[in-house]
Amino acid sequence: MEFFLVLGFPLLGGMVLALTGHTRRAAEYNAFFSLCTLIAASVLTLHIVNHGPQMFFEEQFLVDPLNVFLVALTALVGFTTSLFSRPYMRIEHDRGHLSVGRLRLYHSMFQMFMFTMMLALTTNNMGILWVAMEAATLTTVLLVSLYRTTASLEAAWKYFILCGVGIAQALFGTILLYFAAEKLLGHEGGALLWSHLNAVKGSLEPTVMSLAFVFLLVGYGTKVGLVPLHNWLPDAHAEGPTPVSAVLSGLLLNVALYAVVRCKVLADGALHSNLAGLLMMGFGLVSVVVAAFFLSRQKDIKRMFAYSSIEHMGIVTFAFGMGGPVASFGGLLHMTVHSLTKSAIFFAVGHATQKSGTQLMEHIRGLIKLSPTVGWGLMLGTLAILGMPPFGVFASEFLILTTAMKQQPWATPFLLIALGVAFAAIFGKVQPMVFGESSLPRLPHKPAMLPVFLHLALVLLLGLWIPPYLAGWYQQAARFIG
Amino acid sequence: MSHYSGQLINLLAAVLLLLSFAMLGQRRILSLINLFMAQGAVLCASTATVALVTGQKHLYWSALITLVLKVLLLPWILHRLIRRLNVKWDIETLFNIPTTMLIGIVLVIFSFNLALPISELAGTVSRSTVGIAMASVMLSFLMMITRSKAVPQVIGFLAMENGLFFAATSATYGMPMVVELGIALDVLVGMVILGVFFFQIREQFDSLDIRHLEQLKED
Repeated sequence: MEFFLVLGFPLLGGMVLALTGHTRRAAEYNAFFSLCTLIAASVLTLHIVNHGPQMFFEEQFLVDPLNVFLVALTALVGFTTSLFSRPYMRIEHDRGHLSVGRLRLYHSMFQMFMFTMMLALTTNNMGILWVAMEAATLTTVLLVSLYRTTASLEAAWKYFILCGVGIAQALFGTILLYFAAEKLLGHEGGALLWSHLNAVKGSLEPTVMSLAFVFLLVGYGTKVGLVPLHNWLPDAHAEGPTPVSAVLSGLLLNVALYAVVRCKVLADGALHSNLAGLLMMGFGLVSVVVAAFFLSRQKDIKRMFAYSSIEHMGIVTFAFGMGGPVASFGGLLHMTVHSLTKSAIFFAVGHATQKSGTQLMEHIRGLIKLSPTVGWGLMLGTLAILGMPPFGVFASEFLILTTAMKQQPWATPFLLIALGVAFAAIFGKVQPMVFGESSLPRLPHKPAMLPVFLHLALVLLLGLWIPPYLAGWYQQAARFIG
Repeated sequence: MSHYSGQLINLLAAVLLLLSFAMLGQRRILSLINLFMAQGAVLCASTATVALVTGQKHLYWSALITLVLKVLLLPWILHRLIRRLNVKWDIETLFNIPTTMLIGIVLVIFSFNLALPISELAGTVSRSTVGIAMASVMLSFLMMITRSKAVPQVIGFLAMENGLFFAATSATYGMPMVVELGIALDVLVGMVILGVFFFQIREQFDSLDIRHLEQLKED
């Protein structure tokens, strides 16, 4: 029951908000539906933790340790983002950036976006996974172009075309996967169901599977933002409204990477070689290094943190590519803490840019004087994302780096240099923004800082002490990824 | 019977490839839409032929979806769009059509090589056409790269989806029904969103030339 509510609440919310999204209470409805989704997801998570993996609706949906933690994370970040977007979007509306019609579009599409992500996470059917990923692109295209400025239209167009082409590759990969599977599983029914594929993965045709995995990795990798397929990502993050940047970075990239991991499990079983792992390590490492060097050249604050997302997704892809229980554990932990930290940073950035009226970093100064909470939120978030102890990002990066030293020593210097460059670039730019002198007056509106500090507190907690059942759950998922 | 139908499928596949090349070199938007419609019709005919030969019931449904979506609905939306956007008689300047064609030929050879292991493993009557399906995907991709107007780029995108659909039919007799319906829904919704998008772009730039959309760059 709670499973269907996880899908049902956002879908219902999308429909209700399509009708009522322009009213004054729309932001509250949005938060209400997100809260319902979160409650349903929490109940579902408890259920799965206690009773093990479950299938629903004639095996069409599968909830296991790997995706249930992403479902819970997605619901949580979705809820906090809806809390943040309430004052943020109201101010945008009051300043005349958005009409009520666009607010309706925003609220409705926000819920539909949550729905497509939940569908992508829980479906057992690799074909429906593709459909849901494409639908997630479609819902967010309209969100990225919400301001209808020249830059936002360009960003949305690029996003649509690049991700559309990328995801077409993934469709071809899915066709190849089906082609390999139908020989073993027959034509009707289960040939695209992941659980069935997983059961026979050892006897899938290796040549076809390697080709399929390459297409799937390139296709879903475009959505993860892996270099060199990352071009859409900084534009889409910088030009869309900030709550959308937060969910794109914190959630959509995770979901796309989840799709890659599902495919990797199948490819590993079929290939009896490390091709999938090597490809993922390569893409991951290139993303980390390239993104780190692009960071220092950014002028726009949201673009800079978008590049930081590429870097972190690269780290996680690299970790899953290495494989093994420790690296996969680190990868899952990093996915969680990155998602929490990055969305917290975007919340703080949203308030900072709204106060300063610009996204250009050289014009944002003295946040600590303008609004101490925003300033501290941004500073702490930045320290967390840069991997300073005692935050959780430090723990996950430490796990991944030490495993890399043991298993893939050649890669460690690249990772260390990239992390160092990223640290210098981001810290050097955020420091004057927070502590510099500002001539701007203090603004009247109160920022919604609860989500920021809630996320950072969770990241801090994960850095200091991972609750044992959570650790056990990560271990289960990591064993499963292999 | 099956000999002739095999020949028919090959013939239709060849026509599909020819249409892809024609789209690559077509400069008029109106003709491009007509070519896209013809491609949809060929796709529908070949799916129906495969269904007839193999007796796969669900392929009839796929053929029907193709007919409704790609022969009727999408071209109708596109026709309406170009009329409302007033670009019906637009002619695009394309540089160096012969070079583009040559690159296209290279892509076809590449696709045939890539598809070889798949065709060998496939047990379907239409296995020889996997290479053609792949080639038409690649050609649509090339078309998207060479175009600078928004509507032709989108037609290229839709043609790519046609190629993928053809690949699915020839290698595996089509995807499961629920997936095909989902893909069709995505394509339709995507088209509607793009339609909205065209108007936004034109409102903002007074043209549908996406060379205007090159402001966001790393400097």
